Amino acid sequence: MPERVMFTMGDIACAEGALSAGCKYFGGYPITPATEIAEWMSIRMPEVGGAYVQYEDEIASITSVIGASWTGAKSMTATSGPGVSLMLEAIGLAVMTETPLVLVNIMRGGPSTGQPTKGQQGDVMQPKWGSHGDYQIIALTPASVQEMFDQTVQAFNLSEKYRTPVFVLADETVGHMRERLVIPAKKDLKLEYRKLASGPPEDYLPFKPGDDLVPPMALLGSKYQFYATGLTHDERGYPSDKEHVQIELITRLNNKIIHNADKIIDVEEFMLDDAKIGVIAYGTPSRSAKKAIKDARDEGIKVGMLRFKTVWPFPEEQVARLASQVDHIIVAEQNLGQMYYMVKAEAAPTPVHLMAKPAGMPQLPNEILDKVREINSL
Amino acid sequence: MTESDSILRHPMSKYIREDRQPWIYCSGCSVGVVTQMVARAIDNLGLDFTKTVVVSGIGCTGRTSGYFKTGTYHTTHGRAIAFAEGVKIANPELEVIVVSGDGDLAAIGGNHLIHACRRNIDMTIVCVNNFNYGMTGGQFGPTTEHERYSQTSPRPVGNVEHPFNLVKLAASSGATFVARWTAVQARRATKSIETGIKKEGLSFIEIIGACPTEFGRMNRLGNGVEMHQHLLEVAEIQNGLPAHEAELHYDTRIVCGEFVNIEKPEYTVVLTEMNERLKKG
Ligand SMILES: Cc1ncc(C[n+]2csc(CCOP(=O)(O)OP(=O)(O)O)c2C)c(N)n1
Ligand code: SF4
Ligand SMILES: [Mg+2]
Repeated sequence: MPERVMFTMGDIACAEGALSAGCKYFGGYPITPATEIAEWMSIRMPEVGGAYVQYEDEIASITSVIGASWTGAKSMTATSGPGVSLMLEAIGLAVMTETPLVLVNIMRGGPSTGQPTKGQQGDVMQPKWGSHGDYQIIALTPASVQEMFDQTVQAFNLSEKYRTPVFVLADETVGHMRERLVIPAKKDLKLEYRKLASGPPEDYLPFKPGDDLVPPMALLGSKYQFYATGLTHDERGYPSDKEHVQIELITRLNNKIIHNADKIIDVEEFMLDDAKIGVIAYGTPSRSAKKAIKDARDEGIKVGMLRFKTVWPFPEEQVARLASQVDHIIVAEQNLGQMYYMVKAEAAPTPVHLMAKPAGMPQLPNEILDKVREINSL
Repeated sequence: MTESDSILRHPMSKYIREDRQPWIYCSGCSVGVVTQMVARAIDNLGLDFTKTVVVSGIGCTGRTSGYFKTGTYHTTHGRAIAFAEGVKIANPELEVIVVSGDGDLAAIGGNHLIHACRRNIDMTIVCVNNFNYGMTGGQFGPTTEHERYSQTSPRPVGNVEHPFNLVKLAASSGATFVARWTAVQARRATKSIETGIKKEGLSFIEIIGACPTEFGRMNRLGNGVEMHQHLLEVAEIQNGLPAHEAELHYDTRIVCGEFVNIEKPEYTVVLTEMNERLKKG
């Protein structure tokens, strides 16, 4: 496939990203504002010899995605908050059985049915804390149509590399905005594939990790036998209620993400060099922040932005570094303050100011500019 | 291994993870019997075992998958069918067998059951119906008869609800092969599991089983042997009876047999054909 250029919406860019990453299985259930991903997949999947399957609900969707992934197919689902809420138990299953998959949440207003057609960033804590038990998750937060594509590819790569579910967390505005999209030629894309089991089947231990803490995966239908279970299991995959097995397993599952956090975390630093005020934003509000920062710079205010392209694992070091450089941090997010609390904990004692907006229209550039001016006058 | 060792080994042990024994099942439980039926069906058909996938949900019956020595997966409660659909659609070459309980398949997973039947995806679902949630200690479930006792429908009132008839449910939802046997009709049940596996479409096989520890205890039905004896007494074979007449009254009459065996386009076959058609333009 040569390079292609489209003028399209974020949801479609996301679907195209998945296809470019080699996704061959989409299981889903329609929901605004993620429906366009499903619709696009229903057109495109047959063209690439893959499967678009519309399930009876989101629980079946994600569980089928786990099943498809265990046959070796790169697999995904896409939904919005209500759907993610239904998927939470299965996310834990995917974490526990180390199943690569991509879950896209095009965030709409909540709680509950909320405002289906309006964007929000109300679900950024959910991937990390929504399923029960101690686990780590990877969540990417694109801010443009191009990033919807690029970061969906990245999501597949990370899920394959670390054998774990990966979230693409985009607000509705990013999902529905239309921009230019460049789809790179296939040869220019770097794609990752899960490490597969090798060696004699008799010696295979399905949950024995390599040095990177990730076990090579055996596929259903291969010569390797295995029992994969959501129960706590030892390296053979056998259930165990022993204390040391529980501690070893969940420590490893967490560490395989934590120890690689520096390779997973992705941020953009915007005009931060001499900044005394740092704005932290992700998704659509970060676009308003860029304009506000340029305008503030014109007024001589030394302000810049740390933009999260990944919110999980949380970019602790980057926030700590920012906090040691600037006098004030402003967190602008489209909710009543979620990442704010994470930033505050990391930035102390540097003061952190919240610019919250739990509604569809993100903070506008002039609103952020006013806030920057206010903080600058403190 | 010496010759005498091999003589002592159970003929089905080649399919079983012997290093995981003893089983978790109580003595007198039907789940072990059904595990053997599935193993024998696989054996009789001479299936390529590495291409056979066994999936379960959660429950006593849900532990079945973990004892098979092939690719096996233990999903969350109720989701075995959904997982199995993903497997089958992503790799139609695989032989997919779901073994799970009445609670798992018909309560929390009931929606997946009816929709998988409607889609007619090629898989074989073996449901052990022991009329209660065995694993959690014997609460009533979607197959518990009216006024039966359970941990959550105690004496003197009993169950205020009425049960599903799973044969009728699967048949009316679109399954292409539907059968019911009791755990004591091992040969017939095994044959039906074989037919189900061979069938290109969704096969649903209900095995009426005994849970002496919970359902038996609460309803004073005796021990495992007595419960199985009872099943033999009340089982009435009516092959070919229309599914809507396949009655089930635990005390008096459990209609057994193969009730549905029809031809309908199978999901993954249709999907593959459509993709081929698209490729040709
Ligand atoms: C989401 C969820 N809810 C509840 C449970 C608890 N639970 C475990 S097994 C079970 C019932 C199983 O009943 P059935 O499928 O009939 O299997 P049996 O034990 O009778 O063979 C329940 C309710 C669970 N594991 N997960
Ligand atoms: S509780 Fe009932 S279903 Fe579970 S193993 Fe014991 S007898 Fe069997
Ligand atoms: Mg049961």
